Amino acid sequence: MRLAPLLAALLAASAVSATGATPEDRLSGVFQSIGANRLDEALKRIDALIQDHPNFHLAHLVRGDLLLARTRPLETFGNVTKTVPAERLEGLREEALARMRAQRQRPAEDRVPRHVLQLHAGQHHALIVDSKRSRLYVLANGGGPPRVIADYYVTLGKNGIAKVREGDQKTPVGVYHVTADLPRRKLTDFYGSGAFPINYPNEWDRRLGRNGHGIWLHGVPSDVYSRPPRASDGCIVLANADLDAVAPFIQVGLTPVIIADEVEWASAEAVEAERRSLAEALERWRTDWQSRDTERYLAHYSPRFRTARQDYEAWARHKRKANGARGWLEVGVSRVSMLRYPRERDFVVVTFDQDYRSDGLSSVMRKRQYWVREDGHWKIIYEGAA
Amino acid sequence: MLDLTASRATLRRGFVSLGAWALLAAGPLAWGDEIQEAQKLLRAGQHQQALERVNRSLAAKPRDPQARFLKGVILTEQGNTKEAVEIFSRLTQDFPDLPEPYNNLAVIYASQGQYERARAALEQSIRTHPSYATAYENLGDLYAKLASQAYDKALQLDKTNKAAQKKLSLVREIGRGPAPVAVAAKPVSETTKPIAEAPKPEARTPVAEKPAAPSDASGEVLKTVNAWAQAWSNRDVDAYLAHYAKDFKTPGGEPRPAWEKGRRSRIAGAKTISVVVSEPKVILDGDKRATVSFRQAYRSDTFRATGTKTLVLVRSADGRWQIQEEKAG
Repeated sequence: MRLAPLLAALLAASAVSATGATPEDRLSGVFQSIGANRLDEALKRIDALIQDHPNFHLAHLVRGDLLLARTRPLETFGNVTKTVPAERLEGLREEALARMRAQRQRPAEDRVPRHVLQLHAGQHHALIVDSKRSRLYVLANGGGPPRVIADYYVTLGKNGIAKVREGDQKTPVGVYHVTADLPRRKLTDFYGSGAFPINYPNEWDRRLGRNGHGIWLHGVPSDVYSRPPRASDGCIVLANADLDAVAPFIQVGLTPVIIADEVEWASAEAVEAERRSLAEALERWRTDWQSRDTERYLAHYSPRFRTARQDYEAWARHKRKANGARGWLEVGVSRVSMLRYPRERDFVVVTFDQDYRSDGLSSVMRKRQYWVREDGHWKIIYEGAA
Repeated sequence: MLDLTASRATLRRGFVSLGAWALLAAGPLAWGDEIQEAQKLLRAGQHQQALERVNRSLAAKPRDPQARFLKGVILTEQGNTKEAVEIFSRLTQDFPDLPEPYNNLAVIYASQGQYERARAALEQSIRTHPSYATAYENLGDLYAKLASQAYDKALQLDKTNKAAQKKLSLVREIGRGPAPVAVAAKPVSETTKPIAEAPKPEARTPVAEKPAAPSDASGEVLKTVNAWAQAWSNRDVDAYLAHYAKDFKTPGGEPRPAWEKGRRSRIAGAKTISVVVSEPKVILDGDKRATVSFRQAYRSDTFRATGTKTLVLVRSADGRWQIQEEKAG
């Protein structure tokens, strides 16, 4: 890590007042004091922070620098002179950088993440992870595109992101949701104040042959306040206080967790336009299915379409047969969510309640489709029960 | 890590003589001998005998800070830190302007791993005497120690760190370092007069009331002080030492060669030095003697100190102004 940009980033991080409640805000206040060359004040602030959060290791590192600066000029951030495990020191430096960058680079008020096109009324919140910034954003649903209401520092996999296989110590990139809230008493201290598994590998991961399991959102052991940005075996790790703050937002089975390389921010209008174009495609799919004109219905599916069991040809044969046999059919679609898949171009996970009635079979199910834009048209590339 | 050997050497050098205190104390010679004898015994490692001497001296003068201080040092060396802490603490209460007892309290606290207490004591020591070098050196070491401790905590290496516990310098005498005279002035005021006032105080008058003095004399004095600060800042030791008169009163009455050697190693040993003189006040005393008080901001690659300093300068036969006395405060 280069020293100059690091120090510049740390010193520039002064948007937040020192009286802010979170330890991160207070750390930012310390850097603010350092930036203003008020070193005594910085030391007082860091002492107070450590008093309240004795396990905040990064704060101890900053304190070390402030004390050492009284005896000699510092050569680097975290100017530890004796031989220490390099990755530990580097981890703290990276944490400092991640935290202070996040403090400085706040998303503009009028911007929303491009990933969340629509949540259904029952989904109160969504979580989005910006891997590059080691940041988790909480979005609130309520009229128009969901907006950021809080954000937290997170630790991700030791080996980065884009998990492919078991044991690669990477955090998956994709659209997931929380599947459980594991009771604390069943967890060891390692997981801190709670654990929320997500559904990795999802349908798309499995289709691409990705494997592994046990990707959770969880807390930290009691002897640390937080962990370096890249330290987990693939899980998304939050400080216990932060996990406690996020937990009330989580609805098991409902709350989406989108993990992206980087959050793309867009205007609410742009997101709404995308949402509308996809919603219209979904509605055409519904009415075309109801029309029992199987070819019009099949036109909504990409030649690359595949279910968990069938390829396009086999599936189309089956549909031609089944749909043609119906005297009438009605399809109801409700509680729709639309989440743009990170890393893939124009690729959206659409989940909804499907109420299918016909003179033969009737069923109600929660369905998931993956839509992709091909030649300017939205097409379905996967569908199955959610 | 700062090099402690230098300051230890300074202390040992200081041991040869009695220090300014003895010169100032107007007590009977026998008392001075007693203390001197105790110091000799201490230096020879004969702690018990030294303690007996000091106790005998204290029986006659129970409040005497010099003897009490020495007793604290002896007890410290004997490992009786509990009693030593008591003595030094009492001294800081009775003579709050003495920097040395704070320093030694800090040394003991540091040796017990109580770094925050040590830091508080040293900062107090420096508050009493902003140019007290030993306290600065110790504080520098202590900050480094605290920094190292903080780093260990940051990196979770703090499992009873057995890495060489660096000892701070215990001061064995009061009145060493750059501020002996000023230190002496208060605690012994019943029996002595501060040395600075001793030579014909009635002759001292502000420059304005002394029309006989050459009008540019104070300008010359100031020029000299600035040149002295410049030589010091340039780490030009020869030029710096040339500013001191032949009869310069070395701190603690240290022999001139030893003092020069100490200064040389201290100044040449620093990577950078900056001495800034501000708010100088010149008081002319006739046309051959001047007292200059000013704020001195000293800054090197390892220490920073700001405080008041007073220089007494005398005009030599060839017309040059030279420093005869130097004191902090």
